[in-house]
Parts: sequence; C-alpha cells; structure tokens
Amino acid sequence: MRHMLQNESAGDVFHANCLPWLTSKAPESDVVLSSRVRLARNFRKIPFPNRADFEQLAAVLQLTDGAMPAVSAATQQHFSRYAIDKLTKLQREVLVDKRLITKNLVKNPQDRVAFLADDASMGVLVNEEDHLRIQSMRAGLDLERAYEAASAIDDAIEGQLDLAFDEKMGYLTSCPTNLGTGLRASVVLHLPGLVYTRNINNIINISQQLGLSLRALYGDDKEVVGNLFQVSNQLTLGFSEQEILDNVKSAVTEIIAHERRARKALSLYMKEHLEDGIWRAYGTLRYARLLTEKEVLTLFSKVRLGIDMRLIKEVSAECYPEILIGSRASWLESLAGTENMSSGELDKLRAETVRKALAAHPGERRQDT
Amino acid sequence: MLCDDCGKKEAVVHIVQIGPNGRVEKNLCEDCAQKYGNEMFAPHERAMSVNDFLKGVFSNTPRPQEDSEPAGADLVCPNCGMRYRDFQQTGKIGCSVCYDTFRTQLEPLLRRIHGSSVHSGKIPHRTGGRLETKHEIEVLRAALKDAVAQEAYEQAAEYRDQIRALEKKLAQQEGDEAHAAE
Repeated sequence: MRHMLQNESAGDVFHANCLPWLTSKAPESDVVLSSRVRLARNFRKIPFPNRADFEQLAAVLQLTDGAMPAVSAATQQHFSRYAIDKLTKLQREVLVDKRLITKNLVKNPQDRVAFLADDASMGVLVNEEDHLRIQSMRAGLDLERAYEAASAIDDAIEGQLDLAFDEKMGYLTSCPTNLGTGLRASVVLHLPGLVYTRNINNIINISQQLGLSLRALYGDDKEVVGNLFQVSNQLTLGFSEQEILDNVKSAVTEIIAHERRARKALSLYMKEHLEDGIWRAYGTLRYARLLTEKEVLTLFSKVRLGIDMRLIKEVSAECYPEILIGSRASWLESLAGTENMSSGELDKLRAETVRKALAAHPGERRQDT
Repeated sequence: MLCDDCGKKEAVVHIVQIGPNGRVEKNLCEDCAQKYGNEMFAPHERAMSVNDFLKGVFSNTPRPQEDSEPAGADLVCPNCGMRYRDFQQTGKIGCSVCYDTFRTQLEPLLRRIHGSSVHSGKIPHRTGGRLETKHEIEVLRAALKDAVAQEAYEQAAEYRDQIRALEKKLAQQEGDEAHAAE
C-alpha cells in the first residue's frame, strides 16, 4: 500500500483560484469556456461499483494504484491521490464545485479515490458509477486534444490491466447509456446573446434532434443563471470516437455562429440598453460590498459579454476563473478556513474576492474615475 | 395507517419536522406531503431521472412469446448473481459478465437507447487483440479486391501475403486463448 503525497499537495488544489482550462486565451473563447472528455472504463469480472462489496471496491482501487505510475509516465504529469473518505466535507465540496470530481463520487466515500493531475487538467475517478472515469479538460473549443489526453490515460491503464470489452458492444459500462465508446464529450458555452434575444429554446430543441443534450450549467428549468450551457453527446454506441467528437464540434460551431449573430443584433438594435446593462453590472461587481452567488454569476455574464464584444476594456477576461471559483461558498469557506460562515459573511467575502479579481486583471485601458 | 393531516388517504411518507415547538413526527399521504415543500421531492426526482427512465425501458421490453420463453426473467449472471428482473427494478447492470449473460435481452434495449447495438470505436490492444487483427484483415481484403480490379497484381500479391501473415497470427492468438482457458 502506498500513501502518495496526500497532504503535501493537498493545499494547492483546494485553495487555488484558477484552473488552466478556464483561461480565455483559447480557441473560440469568446463563446466557448471549456471542453471536457470523459471515458467510462471497467475492469473485467469485478462487479460494477453499484453492485460491488467493499472488498471488490478495494480490489479496483488496488489495481488502479498499480497502473497510475504508467499513467504518469505516459502523460508526463504527476497525479495526486485524494481518498474521498479522508477529505473534509468542505474539501469534497471544493473539488465538486471546481468540477474536478463528481457528486456521485462523494456520495459513498469509502474506497472512492480521485487521481488529479497537478495542473488539474486531467483526472481518474475510481469507483464512481464505473470503476474508472477518465476525464480531461481543455480551455476553449478543443475536444480533440482533450480526447487525446484521455485516450493516452486509457492506453496506459489498458496496457497493464484487462478492461471489460465486448467485440460487439464495445466498452462495457454500469449504465447502458454509456456503452460502446464510454465517451462523453461536453463543451461549456456562454450564450448571453441567444438568451437575451430569446433564441435559446430553439437551439435547445434543435440540439436534441441532433442527438445532443444542451442544458443550463447553473440554475434550474425555470431560471437560467449566468447564461452558461453545457452541450454533450447523448449516444455512445455505434459511432467512432472521432464521429462523436466531430458531431459535437460541428453543432457547437453552429451554435457559436448563432451566438455571435445574436450579439451583433443586440449591438445594432439596442446598443444603449446593452451598454448600460453591461456597465451597471461592472459597476456593481466593482463596488458592491455584499454579493450573492447568483448575483455574481448573473452580473459577470454581462461583464464577460462586454469584454468579449470589446465594449469594456477596463478589465481582461482572464479574471473569469477567479470570479467563477471565488463565487462558490465552498471555496470562500475554505479560504476563510471555517465551515460555519453565515450567508452575510459569505456575501461580504465574495464581494471582496470579486473586487480583488477585477483589480488583478486590468484590461488594455482602465479608467480610474 | 391513514394520513395524519387529511385522515383520508393511506400514509406513505414519514416526516420529522424540527421547529420552534420541538420535534414533530408525521405520517402523510402523498398529496399532503407535497404541501410540505418541493425540496423534499425535487433532489430525489432529479437524481433518479436517468435510472427511472431505464427502469421503464427495461420493464417495457416486449418479451418475445411470453409463455414460451420465460427463461429471460429467470436468467442469473454467474459472475455477480444479478437477475434480469433486477435490471427492471434498478435500471443498472451488475458487472461486465451480465452483458454476456443477458445479451439477447439487452440488444433490443441498446438499439432503443443508441439506435445501434454494434460498437465501431476504439478497441483495447490487449483484450481486443484478436478483434484488432480481424479488423486489419478486413481492411486488407478490401484493398486486395481493389488491387485485383485495377489489375495491380504485384500490389495484390503483397496484400495477400500480409493477410496470410495476419491470419496465422490470429490462429495463434486463438490457440493461446484456448490454452489459457484450459
């Protein structure tokens, strides 16, 4: 049994306020925030996690531990090992909020482990819904390279261990909806133009007809918060990986074109309203002393739109990850080092964090009046 | 037991409320329980949606000739002890061997979910070694046919030799596996 660096590197991933795959220096980053690829893999014979007993879950973990050095070598990345049952509730929440692990992984923490690359761009989740969930994230629209990295991890693991595979059905997974390639390719899009021009529902309907799911990242069915949407493939069997990636990519490219057109229409037909909304949002974020999470997401969507349309040049889009991460209660509590903050205290710290992030990333022209 | 609030319907939900008056326990019917807020139901519904859907798909499968083929429902996976009936309740597969055990029952479902039941993506090098070779042979056979059609016989001979070598390799792999299984 090895105990890898649990504590040495633990501080970084929980307190870091940036994620490399949220940078705005990436392809199509005026609309696309990030791309993610996930591969579902299982070992032969061992029951899937929902049916496995603790001994079998531990066996899965041991097999994966043995394969990780090969994964590190293949990807030239160091992976830290986070045993979920050894993390505090707050630490788990931070990882979930940063989308480095899933809620499903922390539900039953025993024998659940996340291996996360030090640059947070890749990970292997053990004993989630499947024995292994390999994931890889890239900034902007870059599914190919995300897949390449995930596939390299897959190859390294498969080079050592027997994976459950069937000639006809492909990779065997716990849920039949992931069968075949086990591949889920998803892209996070910022679509304020389509929301403000009320075209988003059309796009959602069309996506479904193309075998894709498009849903709001934050908010619920009634209200979308932050205008962030996630597109992903629904079908995994009967298509090659490349076909799935191409399908998602071409749909996303189409959505990007519609979003840019909508933004153009907004700036042509209601320029004053648009600019007023954007500057008010910027003013609030820059000077407010109390901010709720929903406010930050809503207001920053407008500011980001202003930055991407080059209407605001006072601040650069590079502040985005800090604001997105810094708006989450879990991260703020982890920053303050306490789990029991009142909502007032949280709102105050959140407003401070946002002001700092805006100040830290000046754009090409900052007006100080 | 009847509902504590309306006293009319059968109670199906037990709730514990902790408020200013201390702890209150109630047994409620579905309708009355709903009045106590959507939060109680919302997260549950959301988390279960995919499985609920699959449960429906599993149990609505028209079993061909119900009386003549009752074997489907009673099949048990030799590896994990999962019964076909369990899928209908959970919507989840038990282990990789289940896919083999319940192949005939699962295929129509897969076609319904994915519109296809044949994998055409990545193949693992180790577990799928034979399959990869088979695939290569198929590609070469197609190339051979093209070469013959274009009267490029030298090229065709080359393909033929490659196919022979691969077929030999395949036979050897199969031999190895049979040997390992013994």
